[in-house]
Amino acid sequence: MEIIEEKPEKTILLLGNEAITRGAIEAGVDVATTYPGTPSSEIADTFSHIAKYLKKKNKKPSFYFQYSTNEKVALEVAGAASFSKLRSLTCMKHVGLNVASDAFMTYLYVGCKGGHVIISADDPSCHSSQNEQDNRYFALFASCPMFEPTTPEEAKEMTRIGFDVSEELKSPILLRTTTRLNHARGPVTLKKPKPSKGKGFFEKDPDLVTVPATARKKHPELLEKMKKAAALSDKSPFNEFIQIGKKSKMGILTSGVAYNYVKEAAEELKVDVTILKLGMTHPIPPKMTKKLLSDCDTVVVVEELEPILENQIHTMADEQGIDVKILGKSTDHFSRLYEYNPDIVTNVLAKIFDKKTPFPKSKESQIKLPSRPPALCPGCPHRATYYAVKKVAPKDTVYPTDIGCYTLGKAPPLEMADLLLCMGSNAGTACGLSISTDQKIVSYMGDSTFFHSGIPPIVNAVHHNHDVVITVLDNRTTAMTGHQPHPGTETDGMGNPARRILIEDVVKGCGVEHVEVVNPNNVTRTSEAFKRALDFKGTSVVVSKAPCILLKNRDRRKEGKPVPTFEVDQEKCTQCNTCLDKFGCPAFYKKDGSVYIDEQQCNGCGNCLQICPEKAIKVRKEEN
Amino acid sequence: MKTSIVLTGVGGQGVITATNILGKAAVNADVKVYASEVHGMAQRGGSVYCTVRMGDVSSPLIASGTANVIVSTEPIEALRYIQYANKKTKVITDTNPVVPFTVNVGGETYPSLDEVYDAISSHAELITLDALQIAKDAGARITKNIVLLGGLAETGLLPFDSDILLDTIFANVPSKFKSVNDTAFKGGMKAVKKK
Repeated sequence: MEIIEEKPEKTILLLGNEAITRGAIEAGVDVATTYPGTPSSEIADTFSHIAKYLKKKNKKPSFYFQYSTNEKVALEVAGAASFSKLRSLTCMKHVGLNVASDAFMTYLYVGCKGGHVIISADDPSCHSSQNEQDNRYFALFASCPMFEPTTPEEAKEMTRIGFDVSEELKSPILLRTTTRLNHARGPVTLKKPKPSKGKGFFEKDPDLVTVPATARKKHPELLEKMKKAAALSDKSPFNEFIQIGKKSKMGILTSGVAYNYVKEAAEELKVDVTILKLGMTHPIPPKMTKKLLSDCDTVVVVEELEPILENQIHTMADEQGIDVKILGKSTDHFSRLYEYNPDIVTNVLAKIFDKKTPFPKSKESQIKLPSRPPALCPGCPHRATYYAVKKVAPKDTVYPTDIGCYTLGKAPPLEMADLLLCMGSNAGTACGLSISTDQKIVSYMGDSTFFHSGIPPIVNAVHHNHDVVITVLDNRTTAMTGHQPHPGTETDGMGNPARRILIEDVVKGCGVEHVEVVNPNNVTRTSEAFKRALDFKGTSVVVSKAPCILLKNRDRRKEGKPVPTFEVDQEKCTQCNTCLDKFGCPAFYKKDGSVYIDEQQCNGCGNCLQICPEKAIKVRKEEN
Repeated sequence: MKTSIVLTGVGGQGVITATNILGKAAVNADVKVYASEVHGMAQRGGSVYCTVRMGDVSSPLIASGTANVIVSTEPIEALRYIQYANKKTKVITDTNPVVPFTVNVGGETYPSLDEVYDAISSHAELITLDALQIAKDAGARITKNIVLLGGLAETGLLPFDSDILLDTIFANVPSKFKSVNDTAFKGGMKAVKKK
């Protein structure tokens, strides 16, 4: 646990996300909240690991941390801490801010008391997301001061100093990161943590109640605040000019991780250029930006996704009558799609600066390689549920799905995902489908998604008597994002005992009349349960409950119990291919006509024993 | 001076752990380092691509044709990222294929290992080793990533001594697994030395 045990001044390697947590601790953060989502998850997980580590040592952490039920709740919990004059942090993935946006938009009107850093982890290229929205628009939309780090070290410092800026402006700040910052590792030099306060005091203030009259008074105050923020931006240590080579009439405006590619490209290409690197990107520093535009005859804007800086400097140049050529997305030099990388940035800059690309020749593989998309793990209980449903559901059944590992059920041969928008959309779209078609509807959501945003659409289904089967795939954890707890688990994010809320109790409380709980690892019984649910006229809920195989095996290893693996009895196997073509466990493969189980991949669930019609699966003898 | 390393393989094979250890070793050796990883959805049996860059660098990502080494825990994953290699690049890969489900149910083809090795050799300098067997012999198949780190150290392309890497490994695994990791690391070194 070097992140809290190493001494100040020491330099250690940290993930961008870990660096953010460290920055908050150095600033004396009191309350941290989240709903997990890649690429933000390790920020919160680091708070959780620290709390549990200290608990083991009978020490109290300097902060309170929670995995909240969703991002909106997370923002409200931490916001209330800020109103009580405590320093607070809320982190989420980019689409999480959509969920939290109702609170966020008005929070900026009200402003905060204790410093509040809100982290939005954007995901250009959609590595683990349903879209690649650029949340810098949220900063502009809500009038929220914003910072964008380029390295883990800067992420730590921006978080630390962000609390001071937040308190100075009495406004929460947005730390906008992207995957290549969140999941980059780099050296970080530690500073001595400030003590946290522990408890604050909520002083009553009529301005905290946003009735229309208050809102009308607060909006002009917010605009004034942004003027002050613009002045701060011109003085921010995170906004700086960097000269590569000699002074010239060429300039580059850049921010975030794009700067890393720009700097190396400019050095490799040996160009003469002035770079304005922005770390505080909302508001952009008016004086520095004007200087860049006035000193150059050409400015190249290098920013991932939307032309946010570019549009602002077009406006600035027009308004101030500055004659400067601006190259970027509007001139088709750069794309609004996907994340950038050294190749993209270097090649575009080489063209603009009329230089040859500095890299040795290389080419992609000429052999067509089989694709390797992510898949449900071998042994995943969701696969067993899907297999069981497929056995009893009519052919045209529609399967609305949701956000989690189980979305991977989209792949053949299961093909158990037909419709997905966002967290909780499975049950909402199920309601709509039930009134729009005569097809059967079986929707899927995970346990954590159920608590996040799955309950209101179930209430809607019951109230309107929609004929749908809503499945909660309860694997006892928030699996996809790294096994975080949720309201259905027995411990909280700090490792303390927590009240476990049973999903079946909640749905019964919502008025669902047909509720069944099944263990998907019993395939036959699970099929029977879904048959009953499909036959029921009205809203039914099946809770398919079995722990994530990765957690189960982790527990087995901790207890010193071996994880069994299985193999195909070649004497009995008739190559009917049920295991491959219908069940689709990725541990199975075919070689020279025979079917085998890859020992590197088998997680030992044993469900193949149930689905093999020839009883040709047996426990593997050799163990390692 | 820049050292650029690609680490690749299949989710669950310890590629991210190896990346982290390599980065920590660089910090211990007082060498500037940036690394990049893929987390989340891509980990579920997907292709994993990580990078480590050391020395006078700003970007954690690598430009095409500029990797000094590609280390892979699976043969076709080494070839999947071969555009990062040039003629001088060393490609160290384990020889045990993990056949993706797209071959079993999607009708895609896993090429023969000879084809894969020929293709890699036409781009770069290939070094193969049965890291899985070396790991099993050391006492735990999950140390396959450590075997490959041993192989990487043996190339002499790291800007620090292999002892620093081995000490960093020891500092990042439970003490009871120290000797297994030691054997795995040295097994990897020996396998590459022979080539």
